[in-house]
Amino acid sequence: MRELLELLEQDARRPVGELASILGKSEYEVKNDISKLEKDKIILSYNTLINWQKFGDDTVTAVIEVNLTPEREHGFDAIAERIERFDEVRTVYLMSGSFDLLVIIEGKSLNDVANFVAMKLATIDEVTGTRTHFMLKPYKKDGVILDDKEKDRRQVIMP
Amino acid sequence: MRDFKPHINKTVESIPPSGIRRFFDIASEMEDVISLGVGEPDFVTPWPIRESCVYGLEKGYTSYTANRGMMELREEIAKAYRTRYGISYEPKTDCLVTVGVSEALDLAMRAILESGDEVLIPEPCYVSYQACAKLAGGVPVGVAARPENDFRITPEDLEPHVTSKTRALLIGYPNNPTGAIMGRSDLMKIAEFAEKHDLVVLSDEIYGDLTYGDEPHVCFAALPGMKDRTILLNGFSKAYAMTGWRVGYVLGNQDIIAAMTKIHQYTMLCAPVTAQIAAIEALKNCEDYKRKMVAEYDSRRRFIYDSFKKIGLQCFEPKGAFYIFPDITSTGYTSEQFCEELIRTEHVATVPGNAFGACGEGHIRCSYATGIDQIAEAMRRIEDFVKNHSKK
Repeated sequence: MRELLELLEQDARRPVGELASILGKSEYEVKNDISKLEKDKIILSYNTLINWQKFGDDTVTAVIEVNLTPEREHGFDAIAERIERFDEVRTVYLMSGSFDLLVIIEGKSLNDVANFVAMKLATIDEVTGTRTHFMLKPYKKDGVILDDKEKDRRQVIMP
Repeated sequence: MRDFKPHINKTVESIPPSGIRRFFDIASEMEDVISLGVGEPDFVTPWPIRESCVYGLEKGYTSYTANRGMMELREEIAKAYRTRYGISYEPKTDCLVTVGVSEALDLAMRAILESGDEVLIPEPCYVSYQACAKLAGGVPVGVAARPENDFRITPEDLEPHVTSKTRALLIGYPNNPTGAIMGRSDLMKIAEFAEKHDLVVLSDEIYGDLTYGDEPHVCFAALPGMKDRTILLNGFSKAYAMTGWRVGYVLGNQDIIAAMTKIHQYTMLCAPVTAQIAAIEALKNCEDYKRKMVAEYDSRRRFIYDSFKKIGLQCFEPKGAFYIFPDITSTGYTSEQFCEELIRTEHVATVPGNAFGACGEGHIRCSYATGIDQIAEAMRRIEDFVKNHSKK
């Protein structure tokens, strides 16, 4: 199963036939394995990594450090669950160090993001402070270099 | 002086040019060619290795090194062999850093052969083995490995070719072009054979890190009694995707290393310092990068093997290097005809098996050191070709 997951993590669009060849299983078995992993929520979704900047979109991404007062009994989880439900929020991590939650949000404009922080995030009772950093240019995302200039420079045939 | 030919050394003149040149010329004129004909990794050298070289240059590492190579590199090489195979070489005396295995092979041949000495060379094999033996004044004696034995060589294959002039045996496993490996028991028999005829064994283990499945690579020098008899050749090209850096090494008995160092110091002086710095980083910090590349080759290997089986071309499962060596005789073509027709009609470059020795006839070498999407497309084209163009 681990190998199947690794293969799909590299490329979610691999044809089932190709996966079956690599894994030495039948297509039927591979399909079954994938269904089971989806059902168990080990595979959560199949996404496409897109360079929106290159496409011409000017969405704004902000990384926000959030400080919290933990709730008795629930710690940080209950607050994280409130924050994660906003569509604007792409990522939420609980962190060690000088702040508690790392929240990555996307908005259509600076104003959008500013509004979200001021109206939605900072107004949560347990939030004691926020620091917002705007992303200027992405270089590498999820292990992929966005503008990779390396190419195959090998000769066509070599012994 | 209009004609230079009379001035060219007769031995050099007698060596035929490589048989794959023709295919290279056809392929380089095409734009959409998918090449399964490349004998080197498609990965670029891992970044830490490149970065350490750049750092070395910034720090001013631009001079000659010791003839035998940087001490730190030799220590790392010795350490790697101790850890991996439990075999101990003294970095000071038993190791020489060379400009790739190619130079190491040339040095080894020149250091051991007297004029007319014979070298047993199992075929199919890498294209330079015979030429190196000849250029050193020796006589290469090709010995056909049998396809029904998955191209592993046996003492029974070798025995009929032994004469009073046989000095050495040159083996290269995991094998280019077949992808064959030799297990411990196979190699033990070769060790007995070498002992019986008192042969020096040159073991080219450049693909030693690229083995798949349950059988780990067996280092020939690590077999009982073989260390002093073996000239072990290896390098960084394949496992660390460092072909263009040209850095390899030899491990062996201090006398043979001293002899090879003598030739090396007068002809090459030392391997490039930049490449040596990079090689140190490769051994010290790049195991994980290597492991990832090997895992990727393994996926492709299983895919391409399964694809050939589905096409119906007979083929044994390769367990090492990054080549597969299917039998194409069922199509009615010779190896060369098959490769030429395939590239002309389907724009897929492969290498005819006979380029690696006469017994490779009837096979083609396909390299899977290329992206799996490319391999999948190449296999679709090969399937079409076999279906629509077979003569039988």
